[in-house]
Formats: sequence, C-alpha cells, structure tokens
Amino acid sequence: MPIEILMPALSPTMTEGTLAKWLKNEGDAVVAGDVIAEIETDKATMEVEAVDEGILGKILVPGGTEGVKVNQPIALLLEEGEDKSAPAAARPTAKPGVPAAESVAATARAVMAAPAAAAAVAAEHEWTGPTKTLTVREALRDAMAEEMRRDDSVYLMGEEVAQYQGAYKVSQGLLDEFGDRRVIDTPITEHGFSGLAVGAAFNGLRPIVEFMTFNFAMQAIDHIINSAAKTLYMSGGQMGCPIVFRGPNGAASRVAAQHSQCYASWYAHCPGLKVVAPWSAADAKGLLKSAIRDPNPVIFLENELLYGQSSEVPDDADWTVPLGKAKIVRPGKDITILAFSIMVGKALDAAEALAAEGIDAEVIDLRTLRPLDTRTILDSVRKTNRVVSVEEGWPYAGIGAELSAVIMEQAFDWLDAPVARVSGVDVPLPYAANLERLALPQAQHIVEAAKAACYRS
Amino acid sequence: MAKAAAKRGPRGKSTPAASSEELLHHYREMLLIRRFEEKAGQLYGMGLIGGFCHLYIGQEAVVVGAQAAIGPEDSVLTSYRDHGHMLATGMDPRGVMAELTGRIDGYSKGKGGSMHMFSREKNFYGGHGIVGAQVPIGTGIAFAYKYRGLNNVCLTYFGDGASNQGQVYESFNMAALWKLPVIYIIENNKYGMGTAVERSSANAELCQRGRAYGIPGESVDGMDVQAMKAATEKAVAHSRAGKGPFILEAMTYRYRGHSMSDPAKYRSKEEVQKVRSERDPIDHLRALLLEGGHADEDALKKIDRAVKDIVADAAEFAQNSPEPDPSELWTDVLVEA
Ligand SMILES: Cc1ncc(C[n+]2csc(CCOP(=O)(O)OP(=O)(O)O)c2C)c(N)n1
Ligand SMILES: [Mg+2]
Repeated sequence: MPIEILMPALSPTMTEGTLAKWLKNEGDAVVAGDVIAEIETDKATMEVEAVDEGILGKILVPGGTEGVKVNQPIALLLEEGEDKSAPAAARPTAKPGVPAAESVAATARAVMAAPAAAAAVAAEHEWTGPTKTLTVREALRDAMAEEMRRDDSVYLMGEEVAQYQGAYKVSQGLLDEFGDRRVIDTPITEHGFSGLAVGAAFNGLRPIVEFMTFNFAMQAIDHIINSAAKTLYMSGGQMGCPIVFRGPNGAASRVAAQHSQCYASWYAHCPGLKVVAPWSAADAKGLLKSAIRDPNPVIFLENELLYGQSSEVPDDADWTVPLGKAKIVRPGKDITILAFSIMVGKALDAAEALAAEGIDAEVIDLRTLRPLDTRTILDSVRKTNRVVSVEEGWPYAGIGAELSAVIMEQAFDWLDAPVARVSGVDVPLPYAANLERLALPQAQHIVEAAKAACYRS
Repeated sequence: MAKAAAKRGPRGKSTPAASSEELLHHYREMLLIRRFEEKAGQLYGMGLIGGFCHLYIGQEAVVVGAQAAIGPEDSVLTSYRDHGHMLATGMDPRGVMAELTGRIDGYSKGKGGSMHMFSREKNFYGGHGIVGAQVPIGTGIAFAYKYRGLNNVCLTYFGDGASNQGQVYESFNMAALWKLPVIYIIENNKYGMGTAVERSSANAELCQRGRAYGIPGESVDGMDVQAMKAATEKAVAHSRAGKGPFILEAMTYRYRGHSMSDPAKYRSKEEVQKVRSERDPIDHLRALLLEGGHADEDALKKIDRAVKDIVADAAEFAQNSPEPDPSELWTDVLVEA
C-alpha cells in the first residue's frame, strides 16, 4: 500500500506552512533521511526528510502552495512495484494533544481537591520521660549522630564539616565517631557537591548536605529544585531523592546583605520539597531526625543566633517530631501570632508584653513551612479571630503573604480584622548596627501589629 | 556480569577481532536508534510529539560502542538528547515512544517527555534538561557505588557545549580527589545549538579538559562503534581498578537540527552531506560486515526489517496508549512515607 507523506509540523507552534519546493520528482527513489522538500514555517525555512524508503509516487501538493495544514497528505510513497492508484495506507490518526472539555473539568476538580488531600499529621506524643538540657547546636549534632548510627546510608558532607568540626561547630565529634567515609569535607563547590549528593541519593544513599550558610546555596539552587525536587515527578515516581540540605538561614549579626537572607519563601514555593525551620532545641533534634528519615528532599533552615540557646530535649534516640505539624507554644484567646525559627522567641516576648496590656495572644511555631499545618492555624484563627504573621524575610511574596491568602480563603468569615504582616524591611540587609536593627522585626513591631489588629492603640 | 563484558572484545581500534555476532549486535542497535529517531521525527511532524525533541541521528556509534563495554549493574545518564542512550541500555522502545507522545505507558507516565525519562531497572538515570547538570549527578552515582563498596561504574555523557559549564569542573575535581568510578563521555558533535566548538571553547581539545585534575583523557572516533567500545573498555578498566575518573571525547556529528525547530543556518548542507556520505557509522559497519564476510545482504535485510517492525510497533503502541488520567496530575510529587 502507498504511504501518505503528511505535511509535518516543524516547530511546537506551527499549524500550517508553505510548501516551498519539492527536491524530488515523481518517480524518484528515496531512502530514509533523504531531503525531499522544503517548507517555510512561521519561523524559518526547513527541510523535510523521508522517513520510509520507496518511490515518490505522486505529489499531491505542488511546490509553492501556501497555507498547507499540518498533517495534510502532500505526497504518496510507493513500495517497489506498487501502483500509485492503489488506496493509501490509513495514516495513524493524531489524538488531540489538547484535553477535551470534560477532562479539563475533571482536572479542575482535581486541582480543587488537592489542598484537602493534605491529610492532617498527628503531633508527636507528649513526652513524659527523662530530658536533657541541650543547646540547639548539640541537639542537631545528636540528631545526625543517632541517625548515622541507625543507618549506614546516612552521611554528612559539606565545607569544614569534618576536621574543622563544622564552621559553626554543629558537626562536633562526628568525624571521630564515623570516620572520613561518612563525614566528608568538600571543596568550596556548592553547585557541584549538591548535584553530587543528589546523584548519591538517587543511588541508594541518604545524604545530609551542610551549607556553611544558606546564602551559598543559591549556587546550588538549580540542583535543589531542578534535580532534587522535580525528578520524582518527571520520572513518574521512580527516582526518589532522600536528602537533607541544612545550615544556618537568615540574618546572623552584622554580616551585611550577602550573608543575611531568609530563604524560607524561596524553597517553600516549590512542590517536591519539604521545608522545615525549627526554633527550640527539642524541635531541632526531633525534626532533623524526621527529615533524615523522610524519603523526600528536605530543606532544613537553622539559625546561627539560635545555635547557643538551650532547652529541654527528650533523652531518647527514638523520639522524633513529625514534619508538617505546627506547635502551639503559648495558648491564648485574643489573637494568633504565627512565627517560625528565631521569630518564635520574638513572638513570645511580644505575647508577654501584650499580656501586660490585657491581650491574651496565642503563639504558634509553624516548625514546618511546607507542607503547612493549615489545620492548626485555622483552628486558632477561628478561636481568636485575629492574626499577626511574623517572619524575618522580605514581605513581597513571603511566607506571610501565603499565610494571609490561606486564612482569607479558608477562614474569611471568622476574621475580625485583616491579617497583619510583620516582616523584614524590603531592603538588602544593612551593616550599620542601628540600620540592621531597624531592618529586622522586633518584638515591639509584633506588639504594635497585634494591638492594631485588636483595634487598640 | 559487568566484568565478563569488559573482557571480551578488541583492545585497540586497529585490531578489530570482534565476533560476527557482536558486530551484528552493534549494527542492529545502531539501526534501531536511527529508525526510532526517524520515526520520532515523523510523529513530531504529525503533532503527536510536542515541545522539545532532540534527535540522536548520526551519533549512534558513541552510545552503542560504550554500552557494549559495561554491564547491566553499571549506570548511564545523559542530557535531553537521550533516546539513543535509553534504547542502548535496553529500555523498551514502546515505553520510550509512549513517553514521547505523553501517554500513560511512557517511562514517566507521560510526565517527563522526551527530555526526562528514567529506568531504575536498567540503571538509566535520565534525561536532564539543564545543560551540564547530569555531570555532578553522575559523579554522585559513582560516589554512592564507592561508598557502598560496589565495583560498578557510571557513564556520564554530556555535550561539547556542556563542557564549558562550571559544574563540570567542580565534578572533575571531586571525582579525581575521591577517585570516583565515573567515565565522562563528551559527545563532541561540533555544535552546541548553533555555536561551533571553536566559537565557544578557548581550547577545543576537550579530552584534555581533565588535565588540571590529573584525569586521563582520550579522543575517540565516535563514528566507529568498535573504537568506541575499545576506548570505553580501557576507561572502565581504569575506573574499576580504583584509579578514578576517565574522560573520553567522542568525535561525532549530529545530522539533524539541534531540536526539531532548528533551521540549522549555522552550517552548510555540504558539511552535513559530507559526513553522511563519508563517515556514517551505520554505513561504515554495514560495509565492514559485508566485506569481512560476517553477513550477506539477505541477513542484513532481515535485521533491517526486524528493526522496522519494532519501531512501527512502538509507534503504534505510543499512539494507542491513553493519555494519563487527570488524577496523575497529583501523584509523584512526594514519596508518601
Ligand atoms: C543551563 C542551560 N543553559 C542553556 C540551555 C539551552 N540549551 C539547551 S541545549 C543547548 C546546547 C547544548 O549543546 P551541547 O552540550 O553541545 O549538546 P548537544 O545539544 O550538541 O547534544 C543549550 C544552549 C539549557 N538547557 N540549560
Ligand atoms: Mg554539541
């Protein structure tokens, strides 16, 4: 049977084109790969190559024809000895690439269904056993050590993590216990070692990648997002990437703009990642252990100024804190303050000040930013009817913007005042002590925002 | 198995002592890639394949030769120009074609497309769309082999254009520093999109790019499947012996445009035609098979027909496989713990 040669689409956007000229004549023998015609598309002139071999039996669309639709038959290709009057082979019918209206509707339903599908996570059980007083730094170290004892595929890599014991001494003692196979000093090569760790995670390991600070992870963000976060999806579920990227995030003290940025909203924006930002030592340990055990890429945002702060930590290697669960760190009934990382401390200070003025604030430590524990947030909002969100990062498209949207969409009728946002000032962080202080959220800003939301001033 | 594969076959390109069976296998594999790619081009023309689609026509000997030098436990990854690599690792042409058409039976359930396919079963690790990004990932796959005490290697392919990416050198440094079993295969097809190598590279001798790190490198005729196999065997032996990475620069050529919508104004038709007629890897091997008495015309015709049938079947399958269910939109974002 003759084979129909169809007008090809030569670019993703082409729907029709000009058949500029034929380079073969009727009766010519062609083999696969031969250029048979030239076509002018919306962008350029392109060559058409034969895909099958045979004799160019009949030209159906002459050279010079404009407006030839994609997939229209333009010629017949005959096998040796075949007659051009024989009926043409039924060409494969192109299935529409555009979904039919009904499947669009189904898709829309699926889209709506998604947020609800994020099932509620159970909180860690109340700890009644023995505790130890640990700094956040020690808690993080213990979490890594315990998980490395538990699973040989867990290893730590980063700049100065081994012999130097960590730029901020978080990995103190790990080289001694685990050796240089599992505690690895890397060259200063964030893009490279992040990509390398992603490959190791694809191939059976569970890397912990320490960034000296998250400011330097911008060099690696392509691998964090394009390679770690998206590959599971792009592979139809085959390529899981169990990896933790951790290190200090946000402003430290007087280190100026390039070393002082909060990346919470950057990473929280991306599907395929989980994002965690603990405040207390207990949460730092329990959440890091969960992050290491999680089969997905987890961004673990620490804070240098919190490393030295101590709190009680359950003394048990099996105790963990689930990802995706916020914690009410101070119950209250008049207003909800949402905060994470170092801002939880400021929020608690603000709550004390507010209490002195007769406002009973509830402070929620978000702990995980993605997936967000909307249930705990909304339950609180429905109780207090007023909200202040607090973050160190910039306001534009920040975590507070997302929280405001979620609360507006899902608890609009419970709000007695607009959601108030307290954030870092919308400038690169300045060096001068007074300017730096002005640029970062202070307890006083939270107090003012809360009072305004309660219509008290 | 990997070691057995590394032992057979010629050691040098001037002593082609390969068996008829092996040569015919190369021929069949190269032809499968060529016919598959031609068909993909045709389906693209019919609007059945969308987006970017980068064909491998002309470069078949590189991947077929290199694949013959490794075993099934070794791994492979490359860029977006990946159809040939997948077929060479033994991935099912049906599943590859169905991914190209964006259907549920594709290797990524239709969610990856031409540039993003993977197979755990065949140790094929993608399918990467960011130029150069597969290089540290391949280095990390090798890192995991070493960490786990396995004697496998990772073949990490990338283009001449990619060889100017910074992360390539970050990877070279770590691979040499930690003696990782990774073989970097630079497919020098003379162009990165429309930019000829000499216009992008201060030193166009890409096999020398590892010198600063003490990584040995060799230039290979990437249009000669036996030369590719022999060179890869040598590189693999080096890596398996614990000596770290090796760089192969495969001198090759792509006949088609960079992607389907490339009018290829940056090179002359004569240039393309000259390579096609003088250096074509399949024609070259075909002549060798006939002259060396490994096969007669009939035997080769049989292979041609069998390959054509496989490709036609894959195309048919890829058009009949359904589009993914809308519910698939939400799956595979995260692994459920
Ligand atoms: C980081 C990045 N920059 C640019 C591009 C766009 N791009 C895709 S392929 C390509 C050319 C790459 O050439 P080469 O590495 O020689 O590979 P080849 O296409 O020849 O196989 C470019 C510039 C990209 N995908 N990623
Ligand atoms: Mg190239």
